Amino acid sequence: MPILEGHGITKHFGGLAALTEVDFTVEQGEVLGLIGPNGAGKTTLFNVISAAIPPKSGTITFKGKTITGLKPYQICRMGVARTFQSVKVFANMSALQNVELGCFFGKKERVPADAAEHAASELLEFVSLKDMKAVPAKDLTLANQKRLEVARALATRPELLLLDEIMEGLNHTEVAQAMELVTRIQARGITVIMIEHVMKAIMNVCERIVVLHYGQKIAEGTPKEIAGSKTVIEVYLGE
Amino acid sequence: MIVTILDVLIAGLLLGGIYALIAVGLSLQYGVARVLNIAHGEFIMLGAFITWTVYTYLGLNPIVSLAITGPIVFVIGFILYRTMFKRLRNISPTPAAFEGSSMLACFGLLFIIQNVAILIWGADIKGYSYLAVPVDFAGTKFAANRLLTLGFALVICIVFYLFLARTRMGKAIRAAAQDSAAAGLMGVNINHVLALCFGFGALMAGLGGALISMSYNIQPTMGLEYTMIALIVIVLGGLGSIPGSFIGGLLLGLVGSIVTYVEPGLSLVAYYVIFMLLLLAKPTGILGK
Amino acid sequence: MRIARVFYNGSFLLGLLLMIALACSPLYASRYTIILLTTILMYVVITVSWAMFSGPTGYISLAPAAFFGAGIYTSAILGTKAPLPIVFAIGGLASFCLAALVGALTLRLRGIFFVMFTFGLVELLLHFVLWWEVTITGTTGRVVPSIDNTSVFYLMLLVFALLLLTVYLLKISKFGMALRSIGENEDAAAHIGVNVTALKILTFGLSAFFMGVAGAIMATRWTYIDPKIAFNPVISFMPVLMAIFGGLGQLYGPIIGAALFSYLEEFLITRFPYHYMLIFGVILVVAILYMPGGLVGLAQKLRKWFSGRKYADT
Repeated sequence: MPILEGHGITKHFGGLAALTEVDFTVEQGEVLGLIGPNGAGKTTLFNVISAAIPPKSGTITFKGKTITGLKPYQICRMGVARTFQSVKVFANMSALQNVELGCFFGKKERVPADAAEHAASELLEFVSLKDMKAVPAKDLTLANQKRLEVARALATRPELLLLDEIMEGLNHTEVAQAMELVTRIQARGITVIMIEHVMKAIMNVCERIVVLHYGQKIAEGTPKEIAGSKTVIEVYLGE
Repeated sequence: MIVTILDVLIAGLLLGGIYALIAVGLSLQYGVARVLNIAHGEFIMLGAFITWTVYTYLGLNPIVSLAITGPIVFVIGFILYRTMFKRLRNISPTPAAFEGSSMLACFGLLFIIQNVAILIWGADIKGYSYLAVPVDFAGTKFAANRLLTLGFALVICIVFYLFLARTRMGKAIRAAAQDSAAAGLMGVNINHVLALCFGFGALMAGLGGALISMSYNIQPTMGLEYTMIALIVIVLGGLGSIPGSFIGGLLLGLVGSIVTYVEPGLSLVAYYVIFMLLLLAKPTGILGK
Repeated sequence: MRIARVFYNGSFLLGLLLMIALACSPLYASRYTIILLTTILMYVVITVSWAMFSGPTGYISLAPAAFFGAGIYTSAILGTKAPLPIVFAIGGLASFCLAALVGALTLRLRGIFFVMFTFGLVELLLHFVLWWEVTITGTTGRVVPSIDNTSVFYLMLLVFALLLLTVYLLKISKFGMALRSIGENEDAAAHIGVNVTALKILTFGLSAFFMGVAGAIMATRWTYIDPKIAFNPVISFMPVLMAIFGGLGQLYGPIIGAALFSYLEEFLITRFPYHYMLIFGVILVVAILYMPGGLVGLAQKLRKWFSGRKYADT
């Protein structure tokens, strides 16, 4: 059963076509990779899904319901969460507070303070930030800030999680840890779409991959199929 | 009836010329130098009072004293940027923080400049009479000084437009307006250009004030209203668009003239209604990005 | 950590003592002192209300004068027609509605529109009310019933206490945290489920409510009100100066700044009416350039430096 579907997504920025007639389907429970050269429109697609920006045309449905036209907070409460390519943590608030906010507001139901604190602590542990609870987010390393964003997104109890380049700027060990984190998130029953440039991670963690180039979908398939696809190789090596 | 419509239209242009001039100045400061100068009206006021002083004590006519007023106000603006705003740029962690703190600094400047003016010139209304003779134009009589004001406002705007389009410095300014970081990388001395822009913005305000003083009475508290008008015009024209501010100024002048004909005293309210409509329907304005 | 807790308890006790001292002051203080204290309370209320919204969110409102003026005019219009407590409440409500309208128009857009709109609001109201009085009602200015100074003092003290309670409850609640997150990163806040527009509008309205009530109460001190008296841009300038100088982070930063400057203003306004405004303007600019955290931020930096702690509380 597809958890997320997009039909004919088009987005223009002034004269530039950032996305053109993109169709996609995401199956419940899978980890979908979204790749493409820089400027392909990957983050723009995320922004359209999460309603950070409106599409020029096209519709997106989440669990059968149309979500285009809704506001970001409404989409979040329906069960879609995301992280950001340029990390957007709440810099002067502690790691715990960052995650607690997700607990409090991620769903419409009221959550009492101690329950939120408990859930937030658990999530920080889940992303291996247990010892950083009281640290202001701005004092965390980049890798830890990305982990914090993941914890905060998970705090909203999503069914679908959009990860935008969480491995950017990480070293080998950190990449391996991030890959393992994604697997553990999937094990919790959450569907994941991840934008990544780190090919090792994409090939190993994702079950399916969608490739964008200049705002259009040029390929879709299993990692093996994508790795062998002439079109994709040309796009990546031809530059 | 046709005569009346023409009256109102031309009066609107006269008003709009001044509005366009001061709005272009503010657009330079906000669009390029990224400073929301809410003390803009105070530079207008300074221009008006310097002109009055020169006319009253030196007997120089206001057109000639444009050459005195302009540079004085330009220098004040330039120095302010090189000292105050440069420091704010350096200590602001984000562009948004700079916008906020520079706006607040201008708020402080507003009260500083206004009170300095009161201390120098006193708080009462002042005025002088120059070329207040009626002239026949398109079948109606208009004051010569008002026509002169419109003429000069248009000339200044055209000269500035040519400066932006044709000269090297103008190109540097346009580059900085698009992307100051990239322009800096291209070899543009960005601090210098931004300070120049702020100075030019102040210059236009000063010249606008000088022109205003030819037709209207002035007082040290006159600035606030003009700042508001300039703000509304740059939103109407589209934030970041200098030609937009020009067109927006003329348009708003037209509106002001029509409203004054129908119900005098409500022009500022009418401008604000337009502001509200813009916010509701098209915050990007006419030519905004 | 334990040191911090004692400090907080200490300042709470100090605050309580101060409140009690204030409440008893009409018994032993001169009439002049009571009037002065009332003015200080007025500025403190406006400043703390202003900081309640503009502090955490970073949306700088330049409209306090408009909301305060709306409260004044409510008293001017209704003062003789309804019992005063109702009039004061309506003054607050009128300002709340005005703020909600302004918020609905501007807070769903970029912050710059909010600043611009609030900047012109006081002059707009001035022009509008002036036009209305000249054209529609035919009279300029109104007379307000006056009440004795001690009553006004107690009313303002009550408003102050209510405001402090509101600010404190907001600060420790999840909504206070959400407001701060809006100031930190509004996009991220929206994406974790915070209805940023609604929260901003409601908080802005709440802060305006207190300014309106304060205006309605203080109106009884001027027996004659006209638009120029009611809508005075200086009332927008002072709280901004006081809050920025005092520091926006803590509860007591705006209070200290407000108390300091309102006392100074009362002192200087008759002797050097234009000089003191000039100096205040300079102080604002200097504070922005050299004291971004305000006085309290400075004190915090010193405290951090002395105790050697790595992370200061916010």
